Amino acid sequence: MILMIGFKDITLWIHQMLSGYLNPGWVVASEALLVGLAMILLVVIMAVAMIYMERKVAGFMQLRLGPMRVGLWGSMQAFADVLKLLLKECLTPNGADKLLFSLAPFVVLTVSFLALAPFSFAPGLQLWDLNIGVLYISAVSSIGVIGILMAGWSSNNKYSLLGGMRSGAQIVSYELSAGLSIIAIVIMCGSLSIHDIILSQSDGWWIFKGHLPAMFAFVVFVIASTAELNRAPFDLAEAEQELTAGFHTEYSGMQFAMFFLAEYTNMFIVSMVGTTVFLGGWMPFHIVGFEAFNHLMDYVPSFIWFFGKTFFILFLIMWFRWTFPRMRIDQLLKLEWKYLLPLSIINIVIAAFITIMGWHF
Amino acid sequence: MSKEELKAYLEVNFPTCKFEDTIDFPVVIVEQGQLLSLLKSLREAPSTDFDLLFCQTAVDYKTRFEVIYHLSSTTFRHDLVVKVLLDDREHPELESIFSIWKAAELFENEIFDLFGIRFLNHPNLRRIILGDEWQGYPLRKDYTDANILIP
Amino acid sequence: MEIPKQLIPLEDTPGEFVINVGPQHPSTHGVLHLRIKLDGEKILEIEPHLGYIHRGIEKISESLGYRQSIYLTSRMDYLSAHMNNQACSLLVEKGLQIEVPDRAKAIRILMVELQRLASHQLWWGSAGLDMGAVSPFFFAFREREQILEIFEETCGTRLTMNYITPGGVMNDLHPDFVKKVKALIKQFKVNIHEYDKLLTGNIIFQKRTQNVGFLPRDLAISLGASGPVARASGISCDIRKLHPYDGYEKLDFSEIVMDKGDSFTRYLVRIEEMKQSMHIIDQLIDNIPEGDYRARVKGIIRLPEGEYYQRVETARGELGVFVVSDGNKTPYRIKYRTPNFSNLGALQYIAKDSKIGDLVAIMATLDLIIPDIDR
Repeated sequence: MILMIGFKDITLWIHQMLSGYLNPGWVVASEALLVGLAMILLVVIMAVAMIYMERKVAGFMQLRLGPMRVGLWGSMQAFADVLKLLLKECLTPNGADKLLFSLAPFVVLTVSFLALAPFSFAPGLQLWDLNIGVLYISAVSSIGVIGILMAGWSSNNKYSLLGGMRSGAQIVSYELSAGLSIIAIVIMCGSLSIHDIILSQSDGWWIFKGHLPAMFAFVVFVIASTAELNRAPFDLAEAEQELTAGFHTEYSGMQFAMFFLAEYTNMFIVSMVGTTVFLGGWMPFHIVGFEAFNHLMDYVPSFIWFFGKTFFILFLIMWFRWTFPRMRIDQLLKLEWKYLLPLSIINIVIAAFITIMGWHF
Repeated sequence: MSKEELKAYLEVNFPTCKFEDTIDFPVVIVEQGQLLSLLKSLREAPSTDFDLLFCQTAVDYKTRFEVIYHLSSTTFRHDLVVKVLLDDREHPELESIFSIWKAAELFENEIFDLFGIRFLNHPNLRRIILGDEWQGYPLRKDYTDANILIP
Repeated sequence: MEIPKQLIPLEDTPGEFVINVGPQHPSTHGVLHLRIKLDGEKILEIEPHLGYIHRGIEKISESLGYRQSIYLTSRMDYLSAHMNNQACSLLVEKGLQIEVPDRAKAIRILMVELQRLASHQLWWGSAGLDMGAVSPFFFAFREREQILEIFEETCGTRLTMNYITPGGVMNDLHPDFVKKVKALIKQFKVNIHEYDKLLTGNIIFQKRTQNVGFLPRDLAISLGASGPVARASGISCDIRKLHPYDGYEKLDFSEIVMDKGDSFTRYLVRIEEMKQSMHIIDQLIDNIPEGDYRARVKGIIRLPEGEYYQRVETARGELGVFVVSDGNKTPYRIKYRTPNFSNLGALQYIAKDSKIGDLVAIMATLDLIIPDIDR
């Protein structure tokens, strides 16, 4: 809105330029190709940024500096790691189900990419304004567990199998809470479309507007999505000290890198969902009544708002990982089924009540 | 009980055993057949109450084996060493004391592994340190191996 | 003679799942091999298989002199190298009736207590690591590194010190020793609260360790457990109190005995022991007597004929050295009764019917050092 040229203008310009040279069918095809490339580029850049951030955050939390040798302040470390993984051999263990074993990393990664479609990164920068965007994301991201189960089962390794089974139980359980916490906001906002949810927060983010239920839903969302990501303190599926590496014990080289990339893409997606639903997406931070302050906030470009909030949630998730011990499988399931799920259901009832009475801002 | 009291008590109650002394502990030397009953009574008698088997090992004296039990009591804090002599070098066999002290399970596994002394009624007697296919018993004095570096 | 086979079969049976934990596994801290029979996540049976780092120290010692044998003991429990050396030295001194100078005794206690601190710090870090918290490891190594540097200055090495010898210690203290130890203790007294903040007070850590791996008092005695493992089950077994050596009887410190017997209690006992070790160092660091650091002992040691037994309290429990001497310059038979060998026996009883995650927590609080088990 503040930028002289919005993202909408850029996309329109590209569309018009392509239409000048090609017939409509080819225009759609080449645009799809461009969009795909842009998404892959975005994911790779974000993954590299997140890996660097993770290692630096871990370093500073552990009285050390993190990577320092490759590039300035170790900034090229992630690229060096990717290069190393590219050059490594992909091994398949004896007795493994070869088809499923090679297919699993692709399934996991494809699912992560699918979930990227409906996000709105900035005004006008959205691939697909789906009217059930939030539902689509939570539906698609739960397919990922199939890939993990495939990896665990096909590896012909008992540790992998245990890891895959743990992961299955865990993701299926925590899907519920994660979904229900988003639904609390969907009730208040009245729409499943990502675009509408963001627009409804122009006068204040849902975490502030929605009273206690929204804050509670945010906390539940962060816990449940950390569990869905298989990250500490819920990293039972990988559980290095118990299962060596869980479902990806037998993977090496690029196949392992795909699991790794999928984990970081999922982290990115979860943070973006949290940002969009609870923290106002690309909406700037406004305080009602402070006009000068609000105008100042408007000068910050919207995509910086979006990615800033995303990285805030990413930092939260990393913070958990580097401070908490791991939970045990029965404690993990108990937390979901005995505490988070009943409380989320009660929370939805309260959220619906508030919405009916019109008490939210 | 002090060292002397312990000795006097044992001489009264177990007249068939022989007694010795080392710099640290009083020693009882017992016949193979009497071992289990002696140890059981040492463990269960309220005035001795030897509830802690803190070391069990064997020594190869070339003509015979000695199995040595170091006992202690967590209530009275007195220590005692019980020794049993085994003359049969070909098939040394001894009653397991696992039923009295659970600590004996690993100790006896180790003695079986390194000395070849079989313990009867042991719950899980196996070669715990060396592999199942290992030839001979290394802590015997007549053990030879082509790979021994320091003869 | 037919050789008995292992109890747990290699093959899975319906409903039962056999896995090998180790010999190469992140949570065994070495080459311990456990065969585990599982029902889902529940452990039905555990069978330890040892020997992957069996070096035959007892056999080698039979052809080495007493002095050389002491160097081998540093390789048993490599985190308690000073204590192991001390046990052998005390045994030789007892056999030859050597009077150790007071300065040497004070140096020994200082070194041993520093070693106990370093050992417990490493244990604390790896206990956190075993439960999935990576950060404690780095916090533990902050102070441990300083202790190892102090050792390096005086002893010349960081891990296998071979510093305590029959008659005293190898060298006199480095001039910076007192200053550095004081700085370290001052810093660690503050930093030990970070340990509490990072792990002790953490709700997940408490849930993972409380009421897990319960070792009752009777079972602990029957298994011959010692050290913090036994003291957490309510058994008073600190050799420093029961059979004092090297002047521990003159020092003021208390034996930490707690009686709940679960993993969290074992954890607390070790944390409290670190505070006691610092208290001991505090008393000695300003009062190191002047004088010789070593009594004169002949180069080749011949113990009089007989049997000798010496115990000391290492960081993990009671280390006993049993020597049969025939009057020669080599021991006729030497047996190390190591604390970890006996503590390992507890594992199959207390980890039964618990989850895989609990097994890791239990192994972490038993604090097993594998070279000490195998010897």
